[in-house]
Amino acid sequence: MLSFTKIKVLSIYLVLLLTIFFASLNSKNNNLIDKSVNLGLDLQGGSYILLEIDTKPLVNQKLQAKVIPIKKLLNSNKINFKDFKINSNNISLTINENKQNKFKNLFFKQQDNTVNNFITEYNKFELDLAFSQDKVFIEFSNFGLISLNNSALKQSIEIIRRRIDDVGTKEPTILQRGSKRILVELPGIDNPERVKELLGKTAQLTFRLVSNDDNFGSEKLILSENNEELTVSKRVVISGDNLVDAQPQFDSQSNQPIVRFTLDRLGAQKFGKITTENVGRRLAIVLDNSVISAPQIREAITGGTGTISGGFSFQESTDLSLLLRSGALPAPINIVEERTVGPDLGKDSIDAGVFSLIVGFILVILFMLIKYRIFGLISNISLIANLLMIVGILTILEATLTLPGIAGIILTVGMAVDSNVLIYERIREELKTEKSIIHAFDTGYNKAKITVIDANVTTLIAAIILFIFGSGPVKGFAVTLGIGIVTTLFSAYFIARHLTSVIVLSDKKGKYFKL
Amino acid sequence: MNNKINFSNFFNMANIFSLLAVIISILFLFFKGLNYGVDFKGGTLLEIRVDNKNIQIQDIRSSLNIPELGDVNVKQFGKEGDFLIKFEKNANENEKFITELKKIISKKISSVINFRRVESVGPKVSSELLKQGLTAIVLALGAMLFYIWVRFEWQFSLGAIVALIHDVIITLGIFSILSFEMNLSIVAAVLTIVGYSMNDTVVIFDRIRENLLKYSKIKTNVIADISINETLSRTIITSLTTLLALFSIFILGGEILKGFSFAMILGVLIGTYSSIFVASPVLNYFKVTQKTLLKDDDI
Repeated sequence: MLSFTKIKVLSIYLVLLLTIFFASLNSKNNNLIDKSVNLGLDLQGGSYILLEIDTKPLVNQKLQAKVIPIKKLLNSNKINFKDFKINSNNISLTINENKQNKFKNLFFKQQDNTVNNFITEYNKFELDLAFSQDKVFIEFSNFGLISLNNSALKQSIEIIRRRIDDVGTKEPTILQRGSKRILVELPGIDNPERVKELLGKTAQLTFRLVSNDDNFGSEKLILSENNEELTVSKRVVISGDNLVDAQPQFDSQSNQPIVRFTLDRLGAQKFGKITTENVGRRLAIVLDNSVISAPQIREAITGGTGTISGGFSFQESTDLSLLLRSGALPAPINIVEERTVGPDLGKDSIDAGVFSLIVGFILVILFMLIKYRIFGLISNISLIANLLMIVGILTILEATLTLPGIAGIILTVGMAVDSNVLIYERIREELKTEKSIIHAFDTGYNKAKITVIDANVTTLIAAIILFIFGSGPVKGFAVTLGIGIVTTLFSAYFIARHLTSVIVLSDKKGKYFKL
Repeated sequence: MNNKINFSNFFNMANIFSLLAVIISILFLFFKGLNYGVDFKGGTLLEIRVDNKNIQIQDIRSSLNIPELGDVNVKQFGKEGDFLIKFEKNANENEKFITELKKIISKKISSVINFRRVESVGPKVSSELLKQGLTAIVLALGAMLFYIWVRFEWQFSLGAIVALIHDVIITLGIFSILSFEMNLSIVAAVLTIVGYSMNDTVVIFDRIRENLLKYSKIKTNVIADISINETLSRTIITSLTTLLALFSIFILGGEILKGFSFAMILGVLIGTYSSIFVASPVLNYFKVTQKTLLKDDDI
């Protein structure tokens, strides 16, 4: 065990040098390679936000959109129906039983189906039928719901990304988590409350006429400026989908912050038509079920641009423009988890963490030096190498260092000496019976090997499971703990062993050392 | 080192002690339960720093006399002027809530305050996190059981797992007695304790196995004694260096790591005890002898 071939020694130190080189990339004046350890949100400050989309209203909304195509299909094929009703998750209607089969065939037609989309991805239809005597129920199939959910989630991620990019935070992370959740990480953000407000808003904008009687039905909404109750038509003149741009501005006369919007061609046409026909009436601008303003139409607006004024502050007009530009979320989104750390706390954590690391390190080094003298020194050299290698590997992986991650490194420092202790204690035992020192070292290393591996594998299992199940900071702990185990084995069995062999072989009588 | 201690003489006494400790722990866990933090119970945690250092904890408390918040808990956190506030309400239900709360507190205590940390977890996520944490611990125990079973005989595996469960239950029992707050990092600590305790047990088991093969005529108890004594200095030294590192985090690592390092210190102490006094006696109860090891069909 004590003999090393030259090539072996060379490669051991090459590996060590390589990791030390990578570790050195973290110093401030490095501009060689752009690689460094990332600091977790708990160390650099920032927000971790977990969002969940609520697809329930979406199902109803999508069913509403099916109403016209379904009625068209029934009428054009001369299928009589009655009691047509939209419920929260299905549509119910009554069809004579002898016509039901005809409807079923049309409903599940593979080609040119205007009602029921065939999802090629799953090889299944989006909608399902259920019959109960002359009652027919139309509902989303399981695959329809999945596909609805997935497309809503994808779209939401896209819109959230646009909103966050617009706010201008550095290096945001936006990821899908599971089937309904979106993870947003915003490092170094100074105003998380504003971003939260921007993320949570559905931002469904509609322009609707204020009316008292309308055959599309109407609803009562509150004008947020002065709490006036307005009766607003349910018929949407134009919606946020028709918007191509929105910018915050100051009104030239009142000097109030306003939002100027630009419509697409279709929107401009519709807007022009409605404003021409309804001069004198009030037009409600509705955002997520609350009326932001309801100005009177003074003249026809045909240019495709307009302004919204609603007694905004400049910040509000900026945010509203941003929301309108990024578009509406397909479904409401809720924040289900938030963790925000201020930058000064992050800095305090780093300082305290690093300080305790250094103190713990010095204590362990002193202990080993007193207990094992020259071999303690070897163990300490391998411990330093171990630390540098951990940092080096973290850099190569561009891993994220968190506060528990720092704790993981300190723990590694405490436990890393275990391998060397195991070996030295074993050698000490061998020395009692074995006359040849070289032999004692050889068998000591050999016999301790199995124990060292067994002992480290168990900790490695804990680290791997933590990595899989842990989130955020805890994951950081698992990473450093896991890397620590690997580097510990390397430094104990290669570096420390090599250094030991150099000493033992050069001093065969054991004059200068004692275990 | 020739310090020969007859550990096996204490096995029975230690086992009765352990059994009592486990029973007491289970009773506490059952009747008092654990003090779940925001991560597992849902709600909001705020770490605040008050500019005016004359502000006392009761000032903060009375400023938070807002029924909407639910159960409120305030404590001093580290330096003067730093407080940790916890309440039941999930601040995420309303995006403006935190901003408004900041204004209210700041006005009531008439001092500038700074929210250094905000953690808000909804009820659904918190129950998921709890489930995840428990799954992780159970899986880790299972995986280690499997590893020991593959590397040793089933009796060893059983001994190790009894020791691990002993450690986990007593650690949790002590948390319950102390009303120690359970959060995500405590789950990490418990898992590391499991790893550490296993590590310690494996070292002793390795030696027991080796000695069983070496001496065929000595009783299992005596073999356990010899093995524990042979590895004792290693057990003590490793526990010591690990504790040195952990105490350094506990004292100097800042408030956030305090709970985490405390749990680990507790775990290292219990883990070291259990590998000597819990895991090794199990081998004796199952009459593990040289024959057990030499049987080819080890299940």
